[in-house]
Amino acid sequence: MSFYEVYQQYQEFDFDAFLKGLSAPELLRIISKERLEPLDFLALLTDQAQPYLELMAAKARQLTLQHFGRVIFLYAPLYLANYCVNQCAYCGFNVRNKITRKKLSFEEVEREAEALARTGLRHILILTGESRRETPVAYLGECVQILKQYFASITIEVYPLQESEYARLIEDGVDGLTVYQEAYDETTYDQVHLKGPKRDYRFRLEAPERAAKAGMRSINIGALLGLADWRKEAFFTGLHADYLQTKFSDVELGVSLPRLRPHVGAFQPQAPVSDRNLVQILLALRLFLPRVGITISTRESARLRDNLIGLGVTKMSAGSSTKVGGYAHQEESEGQFALSDTRSVAEIKRMIIQKGYQPVFKDWLAI
Amino acid sequence: MKLKVNGREIELEKAVTLSEFLKSRGFEPERIVVERNLEIVTTEAWGQIILEDGDQLEILSFVGGG
Amino acid sequence: MTDQLIIGGRQIKSRFFLGTGKLATHQIIPKLVEVSGAEVVTVALRRVDLDTPDENLLNFIPKECIVMPNTSGARNAAEAIRIARLARAMGCGNWIKIEVITDNKYLLPDNLETIRATEVLAKEGFVVLPYMCPDLMDAKRFRDAGAAAVMPLGAPIGTNKGLRTRELLKILIAEIELPIVVDAGIGKPSEAAEAMELGAAAVLVNTAIATAGDPIMMGRAFGKAVEAGRLAYLAGLGVTKEFAEASSPLTGFLESVV
Repeated sequence: MSFYEVYQQYQEFDFDAFLKGLSAPELLRIISKERLEPLDFLALLTDQAQPYLELMAAKARQLTLQHFGRVIFLYAPLYLANYCVNQCAYCGFNVRNKITRKKLSFEEVEREAEALARTGLRHILILTGESRRETPVAYLGECVQILKQYFASITIEVYPLQESEYARLIEDGVDGLTVYQEAYDETTYDQVHLKGPKRDYRFRLEAPERAAKAGMRSINIGALLGLADWRKEAFFTGLHADYLQTKFSDVELGVSLPRLRPHVGAFQPQAPVSDRNLVQILLALRLFLPRVGITISTRESARLRDNLIGLGVTKMSAGSSTKVGGYAHQEESEGQFALSDTRSVAEIKRMIIQKGYQPVFKDWLAI
Repeated sequence: MKLKVNGREIELEKAVTLSEFLKSRGFEPERIVVERNLEIVTTEAWGQIILEDGDQLEILSFVGGG
Repeated sequence: MTDQLIIGGRQIKSRFFLGTGKLATHQIIPKLVEVSGAEVVTVALRRVDLDTPDENLLNFIPKECIVMPNTSGARNAAEAIRIARLARAMGCGNWIKIEVITDNKYLLPDNLETIRATEVLAKEGFVVLPYMCPDLMDAKRFRDAGAAAVMPLGAPIGTNKGLRTRELLKILIAEIELPIVVDAGIGKPSEAAEAMELGAAAVLVNTAIATAGDPIMMGRAFGKAVEAGRLAYLAGLGVTKEFAEASSPLTGFLESVV
């Protein structure tokens, strides 16, 4: 049994009929329910729910305060390498893109770590493209060993691994996994992943479960909003999070809401997600899963991110670079996607405090 | 011979079957269950079992309970 | 749409389970069963009084009822198992409510010993309904051990304090696929209705009826309350607003954007 079975159950579901058949009293009832069922969550993602955004926001704010308090967890991404064998239509690291390919040496990893750690951040997300030749698990393991001297928590966002590989990295010091399904819709997934191992939909879909079985402490999932119908993608993201939380009750679950951004390559979003849409997804998710962490990265503008703090966001990246390295020395290579919020860690920290929240640089420490 | 029945010592003149013993005390098969030396004795076996000196019997029935 | 309660592979017609303890006389049991509509009736197992044998309790429990003996008196798994086997040997079926209590101050159940007993008895083919302190992890263990349902307490036995464990009951109802039968602590029909409104599969009531001024009338009230609560649950409760609205609009920043 895996999440794929849950996903398949909805293949016969008439989404259009459902989306059309909702009433105002029904929506009000759903918003005030203590516990939402999957279809309630779907209802909150519809056009009909739009007029109730403010009401949803009030509840979302309250739930977030209750379950998370006035805190925002901060982290920064460190791209270790951008070698990639996949041909993904939407990504700057696409194997067909003529960009400078780079991989950090262990000395460089150490220098980047020093630079990043100087900002005060203690939670790091390390990323690579997919290349078992250039950045095999052994390389990742070595990097983790270096990084754990500097950071209290290390999350990986790399190509899907086997359970034993996750177990090995956990032993090296990894405590978190981030893996985005990109598109839950199988057809779209097939269309945007043109070549490479990433074409294996199920292997990617089931990666969080393998990691959980291996003992991963925290797991973050999400869909790349803009690839397929955002309502369905948000719906499946929520279902996936709920499934994982129920099955692996000891894992700390988080959801990210990455929106497609300008990048090297000609791909344009099929289904553009407006700011209003993004807020709706965030609020619906918070009402459906009151205790799940929600991350908004520097893909989004400063203005938007700041306003989302009161509405349900619990984790933010700060002072990010999506180039390989990029913290210690300013090398010229292309980032994976363009940043929108380019504020430094210090600026973000000031903004959070000004809003009456506490920026958290270190949430836990493994001993 | 001496038996212990429901925690109480009972003297019997002569050896009898379990069935005879229970009947003599006024118990009906449908409303009791009997444990002899920590083993449940089915109603069918009551006629075959001959009580021995030192036997410990528990005779139980349903009572009100929540 | 039929609303079925299935326990141990059998369809149970009433979501009101009746306890027969603390009654002044067994004589009222048939009437209680009739007015409350109860189908599952609990009993206990005790030594007969050698000098004055009682009237057979089973004479007072209608044939259509499911007799559910409890293992009251058991202080550990072994004793509960022994009592269960004896109870089954009475020939009234294989349902058993496992009750292992070593706490004589509050009569709170020992979940751990109850789980151990469940593991053994479920394998022996009993339809096991463990009486438990509402704990999600333990409920999962009961489920994995083969229990047919779980019976979490609303409040300690005999206290008639209602659903003091409300939040935990809600969690069990949400997370455990087995029927949740709220047992112990229900003091009023409204509390039975409340348990049903939360989504409980059934409730078991004993003290509140036995100690009522008019037990028969109270039994009738409970029967109706359980029915009402279940209907309300199925109908879908209405809107209650429990969150405060912010003084300035939280989504106002979207106005200037598309």
